[in-house]
Amino acid sequence: MTLHLPAIAILLPLLSAPICVAVRHALVTRLLTVAVGWGSLAVSGELLRQALSGAPIHYELGGFAPPLGIEYVIDTTTGYVLVIVSTIAAVVFSFGATTRGAALPAGREHLYYGAMLLCLAGLLGMTITGDAFNVFVFLEISSLSSYALIGLGQDRRAPVAAFSYLIMGTIGGTFFLLGIGFLYQATGTLNMADMAERLASLHRSRTVHVAFGFLTVGLSLKLAVFPLHQWLPNAYARAPAVISAFLSATATKVMYYVLVRMIFTIFGATFVFGKMGMDMALVPLSLGAMFVGSLAAIFQTDLKRLLAYSSVAQIGYMTLGLSFNSVNGLTGGLAHLFNHALMKGGLFLAVACLVYRVGSSRLDDLAGLGKCMPITSAAFVTGGLALIGVPATVGFISKWYLVLAALETGQYLFAGLILLSSLLAVAYVLRVVEVLYFKAPKSPDVREAPVSLLLPTWILIGATVVFGLRTELTAGLARSAAMQLLGAGS
Amino acid sequence: MTFPIEAIVFLFLLATALAVTHLRDLFAAAMVFGVFSLLSAGLFTLMDAVDVAFTEAAVGAGISTVLILSTLALTDPREHQQPVRFAPVAVVLLVGAALVYGTLDMPYYGDPTAPIHKHVAPEYIEGAMTDFGIPNIVTNVLASYRGYDTLGETTVVLTATVGVMLLLGGLGGARHRGDAEVVEAAGDEEPTPMDRVQVARVSTTVLAPLIMLFGLYVQFHGDFGPGGGFQAGVIFASALILHGIVFGLSSLKRVVSPRFLEIGLAAGVLIYAGTGVASLFRDGTFLDYAVLDHHSAQHGRHLGILLVEAGVGITVTCAMVLIFFFFAGRRAAKSEEPGDRDRRVA
Repeated sequence: MTLHLPAIAILLPLLSAPICVAVRHALVTRLLTVAVGWGSLAVSGELLRQALSGAPIHYELGGFAPPLGIEYVIDTTTGYVLVIVSTIAAVVFSFGATTRGAALPAGREHLYYGAMLLCLAGLLGMTITGDAFNVFVFLEISSLSSYALIGLGQDRRAPVAAFSYLIMGTIGGTFFLLGIGFLYQATGTLNMADMAERLASLHRSRTVHVAFGFLTVGLSLKLAVFPLHQWLPNAYARAPAVISAFLSATATKVMYYVLVRMIFTIFGATFVFGKMGMDMALVPLSLGAMFVGSLAAIFQTDLKRLLAYSSVAQIGYMTLGLSFNSVNGLTGGLAHLFNHALMKGGLFLAVACLVYRVGSSRLDDLAGLGKCMPITSAAFVTGGLALIGVPATVGFISKWYLVLAALETGQYLFAGLILLSSLLAVAYVLRVVEVLYFKAPKSPDVREAPVSLLLPTWILIGATVVFGLRTELTAGLARSAAMQLLGAGS
Repeated sequence: MTFPIEAIVFLFLLATALAVTHLRDLFAAAMVFGVFSLLSAGLFTLMDAVDVAFTEAAVGAGISTVLILSTLALTDPREHQQPVRFAPVAVVLLVGAALVYGTLDMPYYGDPTAPIHKHVAPEYIEGAMTDFGIPNIVTNVLASYRGYDTLGETTVVLTATVGVMLLLGGLGGARHRGDAEVVEAAGDEEPTPMDRVQVARVSTTVLAPLIMLFGLYVQFHGDFGPGGGFQAGVIFASALILHGIVFGLSSLKRVVSPRFLEIGLAAGVLIYAGTGVASLFRDGTFLDYAVLDHHSAQHGRHLGILLVEAGVGITVTCAMVLIFFFFAGRRAAKSEEPGDRDRRVA
């Protein structure tokens, strides 16, 4: 069956979701979800191992050779992103109180788990495919399920946040589809590699230019690139905390991956950066995201919202790395995918622990919890340090590569700005630390969160330190992925 | 020369689109939306894309109008006057300009040397009879060459329905009486507005079985003519929804229970994906139907397409009726509310 491992990677969540809908038993579907999470991680890990040890894996669906049929293509980058998504899925699905914070009356848990599995299937499906239209199909699956999951937040305004995300997301998705349609018209194919081959002689076609425009804008909407990020803070702040943990650590990461695929695999770096001058737009927007996101985070009164704005800033770092169009820059961007997934996933889970005990994520309600919930608070502080980019945490590594990429091209200003924006991160993390440790507790009898919640939280938070010390794993992987992408694209 | 007809349809499309943006009465807007879809379906037919036209007519003009109207029944059927905001208008104009700019380098309409006619399309056309023996090429591409996409689309339908069920209330038996039970509580022996409209009742009784029969035809004739699981599913669902509108939700529930639909919703996707898994066990790749029959690859493909289309049909039928149940059930629960409160007071 190892031959069919790529298909199994998608089938695990895709088949389990309808089973959840049919079985309709809260505990059974819960256990199935956890099992699928860890199963996906095992399969993704094996796929990454195979991709690293040789040529990219190709899997022809339906037995038709591409471009007639659809194929999966798994190279180092694909395997790397698959592992990121399934790691987060495994840990977050195992979190002890997945449904806490969701407005979920009894008898609907099975649908909730079904939606989570569908979201996972969509995200993995977008990553693994080598077919441009197939990306869109799985984008729809992951988007629709995330709208529903966000709309379930206990906050009365959660459905509104989900709705505005739905509108923005649908516009993004439609733009993406328009871009694919134009590309199909120009090339007559939907297979990414085949498309790339045929686009090489079409660099002057206005149809292709417009296709590029629609694809980038559509993906930027879904990725929440500044200034198209407005949907993100509300969505993550009002969703159940566990869903925020899952989505913030996976959804934007996969969109970044699709953007990278589009730039380096479909269009090629020469066209994107040389002819279309994408770096000219991406650099100021990334810097804007880093500063506006971080500044906004400082002034938030809700912890989930604070983290959401911090995500906007972190996405800025990733796109900045992309815009350098160099091995170091892309390494920084890709490394930050994994690193940010670990820290934001861990931080949102820590918030979920706090919400579990306090019932609110407003900073006022969290005052003094450092004493009552020391383990959770310590997790938050560690994750916060990683967010700042303190050495010995993963945050340091991504920023190191970004600064390196800036310096090697003589852009000292960018290097300075990266460091300056990290100072803003210090400010918003310190604000939370102040609330947790230096304010009088509101109700001193709050107990620490149960182990079933703390363990998954600390797995992610612990990983931010472990991988911060053992850099060869993530940075090495990101580096070989970056080299593969740049080698293939030029 | 068909050009003038298409130009006229395009003009009508433009007129209906402008009318939709202009209308304040959302009920009317929904109806004009239906007209828009029907016109698009006509346009697709002129372009020889009959399968797409069929889907557009069934989904766009048919079922979505019903769903939009069910939504309007829950909210205010009139749009409140809002100040014109210029940023969105600018974005729309910009997008429109970009689309027009993109067409400048496109091949001419119907140009036989266009890339889309030169690359994969000839192989699809040749393969239709040699590899499949199925004359409807669209069915081959949809269910076989790109069958994995269609599995994804069927999953999209499942996802959308799961989303509606999550957000609008569950189907959880007697455990949780209240908001989650809107569907169970809905329309229990309530008189429907159609109760006294004899014409509607009689014609529904006559029409529903015929619609069902047509659905079966569309489902199983998809290999030879336009049609297939998506269209058939919508047609089946429309017969059931028509029954629900005329005879009330409780009557529809006696025909198909929500629980039954929920299982069908999942079963369709499982049948589709299960067909793909079956090929894994016969040394094919996922969704390779050729290996399903030991003797003939063509027979295997026939079987595979039959099964996956059935899966699509089942999921789409159940999804549409479920979504209708949830919207209409919510309305019934809403109109019940004052009564409930009175009882509680008493």
